[in-house]
Parts: sequence; structure tokens; C-alpha cells
Amino acid sequence: MELPVISNAPPALAGGCSESGCGTAPDALAHLPDHIRAKVQDHPCYSEEAHHHFARMHVAVAPACNIQCNYCNRKYDCSNESRPGVVSELMTPNQAVRKTLAVAAAIPQMTVLGIAGPGDPLANPERTFETFRQLSEQAPDIKLCVSTNGLALPDCVEELARHNIDHVTITINCVDPGIGAKIYPWIFWQNRRIRGVEAARILIEQQQKGLEMLTARGILVKVNSVMIPGINDKHLEEVSRIVKAKGAFLHNVMPLIAEAGHGTYYGLMGQREPTPLELEALQDACAGDMSMMRHCRQCRADAVGMLGEDRGAEFTLDKIETMEIDYAAAMVERAKVHREIADNLEMKRALQRAPKFDAPARRADPPASRSLRIAVASKGGGLVNEHFGHAHEFLVYEVGPSGHRFLGHRKCTPYCMGDTSCGDGETVLGQIIASLEGVEVLLASKIGFEPWADLERAGIRPSGEHAMEPIEDAIRAVYDELAAAGKLDPAPAEVAARAA
Amino acid sequence: MALEIVDSCVGCFACEPLCPNKAISAVMRPGEPLFFIHPERCTECLGDHDLPQCAEICPIEGAIVDEFGEPLNPPGSLTGIPLHLLDQFRVTECRQ
Repeated sequence: MELPVISNAPPALAGGCSESGCGTAPDALAHLPDHIRAKVQDHPCYSEEAHHHFARMHVAVAPACNIQCNYCNRKYDCSNESRPGVVSELMTPNQAVRKTLAVAAAIPQMTVLGIAGPGDPLANPERTFETFRQLSEQAPDIKLCVSTNGLALPDCVEELARHNIDHVTITINCVDPGIGAKIYPWIFWQNRRIRGVEAARILIEQQQKGLEMLTARGILVKVNSVMIPGINDKHLEEVSRIVKAKGAFLHNVMPLIAEAGHGTYYGLMGQREPTPLELEALQDACAGDMSMMRHCRQCRADAVGMLGEDRGAEFTLDKIETMEIDYAAAMVERAKVHREIADNLEMKRALQRAPKFDAPARRADPPASRSLRIAVASKGGGLVNEHFGHAHEFLVYEVGPSGHRFLGHRKCTPYCMGDTSCGDGETVLGQIIASLEGVEVLLASKIGFEPWADLERAGIRPSGEHAMEPIEDAIRAVYDELAAAGKLDPAPAEVAARAA
Repeated sequence: MALEIVDSCVGCFACEPLCPNKAISAVMRPGEPLFFIHPERCTECLGDHDLPQCAEICPIEGAIVDEFGEPLNPPGSLTGIPLHLLDQFRVTECRQ
């Protein structure tokens, strides 16, 4: 176990600098026993390190749901939206298996197949388990996982264990039925629709029971929670404590998505979404009790590829029909690719554990230097390798005198999607700048002249100097340079004002 | 006496396995509602359940109607969204 090493690390390292491939520091999974870490370290949805290197896909075989959430609209499917519950092509289990095998052949980095909707997988037990049954036979190297609201979970634990599913995600937004009644208008339970506090009470009871049953069997449980300002934001710290006590190994607090255009209850009622800084603060508050996940991209129920990308359009049913695939060869190729990636990551971890000769010099930095948020445009691979104008999201890091940690990603509409939408550049840029609240430096492989000036005016220093460098090296270099120039004296008034 | 599924159905399959009479089937013909209730088999669950199961689980307001065309789940009854906001949304929503 690495726990003692990490917790006893000298102050210079305790801040979390890991120079790992990923930038999470300390790795949210570092405290886990070895046998659990081994299970999750190549799972892109659980390990932040893995998500740069391994791919996942969801198959949309589960349309039915047994509850209603106020952030969900069962009616719509927009092909250009990326958010949970949204899906373009509903599939039968047979189609889903074909698609999974096709994707796993075309994208050998794929390690994980998940069923997450568009309804609740366990409200569609036949379709969900038929898919798992076939895949565990035909692609035994692919890890299977499932995401559920928990209502039907206690009845399904037996079967989940039988299909060798060792990862389950439960969405738990509350443990208090009074709060639950503001999130869930109804559930379908024992042949009737039940509403209000009673509905929430049953749902919470089932979720907690399911969580206990899974952890008792050694099945790994991640808990997802949606942060809804004014409804459960204060309450989620308690949720975090409770689910950790019951054995959940990771907590993923996600921001509410509530645009009026989605037609959800919250969207139409004007319920606001949390700001990036509010989300960070809650994740930090929960982190005292629990491993937090910060790299979640809130994928669609039919997402394909690396986290944050969606290659679903390459694998529609009609395209799969025309693909010629040698499944056996694909599995051999996958094994090779997975081993190469794993070896590479293992080498990085070993380097990270090795003594660092420059560490004392860092500790000699003026201790008064404050920390700083840096946003990075990256296409993946842990590099500063995306143009500002093409970025769909920015990775935000907090960098201090002796360490850094990944805080999360800020999604945006790319500044320049090409000729057709460049006319909107002005308003889009305003939104991007607003989404970078609290950020002081922005690194990209290239930044155009116009956005450069606007970023500077908004108090964000753009830089293209670190193009193609590993993110950790780049953010460290930027921090050290600013610190050496005396530009990071503690809490300047303008920054405090901007963050407020 | 039979219930009917109209074209606002989104095809989520939730009702299909619940029907005690196996009266519900997927249609898969363009231009028609996604699911169909066989009028001769539907008993509105009389004798099997207190309430018609398809309408109890259906998430879409207005998608299941009775023999008079009255929705079993009228607008606003499932989501709690006030009617004036639902109307506004219907006007502005993006159609693909």
C-alpha cells in the first residue's frame, strides 16, 4: 500500500505534485489498497491517469427508467449535445455487442464497456444483462460496468456478481428524503407511481441498501452526485461521509446541467447551475472524507472513445454493418496495446517515486508565494497540444510553490469552429472568458491575436510558449517564472476581486 | 375499454414488459406512434392491478390516453412544470 508513503511525504510533496502523466496529485486513487488500485488503474472513468491513455464506450441498450429526476427530460435527443441521458441510436443487445466488438477492434486502447442509459440500466434488466452475458463470452478482456439510480439495485446485485461486473456507479444525490423530494418528482415502485417524500425515502433506502450489498461482495462502487445549488449543495458533504463509510471507493460530484433549452424541470424553472469555483469548493470540502474524482466529462449514454471525445458517429449501425473485422486478431492487438500503455505508465510511476534532486531548490522558493490557477488546452496525452480556438474544454490546475493538482475541466464552445461560425467569435469568446473564472494563465499550443488581447484585458495571461510540452512541466515552468519575477505575492486585491 | 398510445410516445420500452395482457408491442413503422396497445387485449389492468401499469410508469405526459382521448397523465402532472412554462417551451424548442 502506498498510503503511508504519500501521507508521510515531506511538505514539498504533500501539496500533491506528482509529475505523473496525468496531473492528478495526489492521485485520487493513491490511498486504495493495491488490489483495488490494480482493478481501476486502466479504467478511464475511475483513474484520472488512465483517462489520458485508455478509451471507453457506452452502449445505449437501456431506454426505460423507473424514476424521474428534475434534471432529466425523457423526450429529447439532440445529436450535437453531450450530456448524460442523451443518445442518438437505441440498440438491441445483439446490435450493442456488434458495435462494442467493432469499436474494440478499431480503438485498441478500449478497456471498458459501460451501460448507462439512456434510462436506468437496471430498469431494463433483460437487455442490460443479455448484453453483458454476450460480451463476457466474446470479449473477456473488456471490463464491464454499469451506472444506476439504485432503485432496482438490491434485486440485481446477485446477477451483477454473476456477470463478473466489478464496477458499479450509483447516482446518490441525497440521503435526506426531504431534499430528495425536491430532486425526484416520482418513482415507479411495486406497480405504482409514488411521489414526494415517500418516493424519495424509498429510493434512498434502496440506494443505501444496494451500496452496502455491493461493497459486502467486494464489487467496487463509485458514487455520482449532481450538485444542485440551493437544493443539495450543503448536504453533499454528509452524503460523501456516509457513502465512504459504507465502502464506496470514489465520489464524483458533478455540476447540474440546467439549460432552459433542454426542457427539464430545473432548466425551465430557472434553477441555476453551480459556478466552476463553487463546484471546486464543494469537491474540496468532500475530499476531506473521500477520494474525489475531478476528470468526469458527463458523457452521453452512447459515448465512444477517450473521455471528452465522442467518436460515436464513426460507429453507427449502418457503418458497422460494412466493417470487416477479425475479432481474434483484434483481441491480440488490444492485449499488446494495453500492455504497452501499462508499461509506459508503470515507468512513469517509478520515475515519480525516484528521489528528485531538484526538490530542495524548489523548497527554497519564497514560501509566501501564493498558488495560481492555470488553464491548459490539450487534445490528450498529457500535453499542451491544442489551439486555443479549437479547444472544447480547458483543463484547470492549481499550482503552488511546491506542487500542483488538477481541479477539473471547464467546457466551452470552441472560439473558432471554422468559417461558418467564426462570426459568433465575439460572444463565444465572452463565454469562454467567463468560464475561466479564477484562472490567471492560459496555455495553448497556439493563440490567435484577437483572443490574446481579450484574454489579457480579462486579466488572464495567454501563452503559446509551452506548446507540445508535458502539462506538468509547462505549468511548473510558468509558476516558477512568475514566482521568480515576484508576480505571485500573496493574494493581490485584484485577483480576490475577480474571484469574488 | 382500452388505452391508446399516441405519437408523443418516445419509445422507451418501460410499459411493454409491465402489461399483464401482453397487449403492448413496438411498431417500428415511420409515421406511427412507436408503441401500440392491442385494443382487444387491453383491460386497463382491471383484475390485475389497481392502476393501469403502462400509464403508471410512462414518463411522457399525454402519451397514453383513454377511450375518450383524455390523457391519463395530463401536462404538468409528471414533471411538475407549470403549464405556462410548458407552453413557452413548446414554442421555442428546437426541432431536429
